[in-house]
Amino acid sequence: MLDCAIIGGGPAGLTAGLYTTRGGLKNVVMFEMGMPGGQITQSSEIENYPGFYQHGKTGMDFMDTWQEQCFAFGLKHEMKKVDRVEKHGDYFNVFLENGDSIETKTVIVGTGSTPKRTGIKGEEEFWGKGVSTCATCDGFFYKNRPVAVLGGGDTALEEAHYLSNICSEVYLIHRRDEFRASPSTVDRVKKTKNIKFVTSTIIEEIEGDIMGVTSIRIKDIKSNKISTLMVDGIFIFVGHNVNNSVLKDKSGNFICDVNSLGQVIVDLNMKTSIQGLFAVGDMRIEAPKQVVSAAGDGAVAALQVISYIQELS
Amino acid sequence: MAKYVELTSENFNDTVAKGVTMVDFWAPWCGPCRMIAPVVEELAEEFEGRATIAKVNTDEEQELAVKYGIRSIPAILFFKDGEIVDQMVGAASKDAFASKLNAQL
Repeated sequence: MLDCAIIGGGPAGLTAGLYTTRGGLKNVVMFEMGMPGGQITQSSEIENYPGFYQHGKTGMDFMDTWQEQCFAFGLKHEMKKVDRVEKHGDYFNVFLENGDSIETKTVIVGTGSTPKRTGIKGEEEFWGKGVSTCATCDGFFYKNRPVAVLGGGDTALEEAHYLSNICSEVYLIHRRDEFRASPSTVDRVKKTKNIKFVTSTIIEEIEGDIMGVTSIRIKDIKSNKISTLMVDGIFIFVGHNVNNSVLKDKSGNFICDVNSLGQVIVDLNMKTSIQGLFAVGDMRIEAPKQVVSAAGDGAVAALQVISYIQELS
Repeated sequence: MAKYVELTSENFNDTVAKGVTMVDFWAPWCGPCRMIAPVVEELAEEFEGRATIAKVNTDEEQELAVKYGIRSIPAILFFKDGEIVDQMVGAASKDAFASKLNAQL
């Protein structure tokens, strides 16, 4: 039986792995279907993680520095996808995609979130053929081509700025006149010549041909005027959905308390409503969605796991 | 130990011409590509002798990326005797890739 199963290999899961194993737990497995690192590996720049202040370093450069350290004290990694978690008495069963199940005394879930899709007409059809949620991955394929970015938060503006160095024009489409992004980011983006602001505007349809996206049909919501923007790509940054499916039982009910957005309700110790089950990182309530706080969550949960197991025995 | 085949415009056609081939179009700057890199390595071992597991570095092989209309990576194309029979975009689990491969074998 495992001491602790960690589900998810982002900053929260990796830190939980480091703290549980360094704290003396012998049987700790992190379930992450590929190389750990999480969503931050898609970020083009990190400038708000204390102790790491190197301009031009990407999220991937940053997470590379975590790998050796987090596995140095005996954390094991299973490249398996977890289907769901069930509690039986004092213990948990972790069911894997391939049908196997593993017993564990405690579970730390940090499965993060996934970029939201908009449901705009054409989005599904041209997914991967001009519609993207990862500028660092796909910007390269739009060298000197016009693209659009949809959204008004930090991610949308930061990624628009990243794309402005690659693409001929970046149309920043936002349904409001004001931006939620931090003032310094908004300022920087406003000063970038090839970023064109298209505010108070929504996208009606993403259009294209067999090769992919060719244009988008947009609507000015103040004048109701509809026009067409010729772009080869559209990058969508309109928030995230919580990846909480591992916390649903066979009939689709959550095994612990979640709020109306599907975020897991935890206390300051990252405890869920189920004893021995902890939730960390972007999936929990009130998550600031920052690497530094996700790492903090991982450490908090790990320390709780250690004392929980001491009480259990 | 079996390893994946590194594809270029030189060896692409010959490699996919016969049998089942999974081609992972990737790039060094792509987070999800990096995430599935160890998965692709394990698939190369597990499918040794049954299917070819291959990778295309789109940064170095831009012509191949254009030829296959790659606009998002990782893009995983499945070939059978030279024809594209299936494709996926984005990171997925080893079991998901394996079942796509098995479906063609």
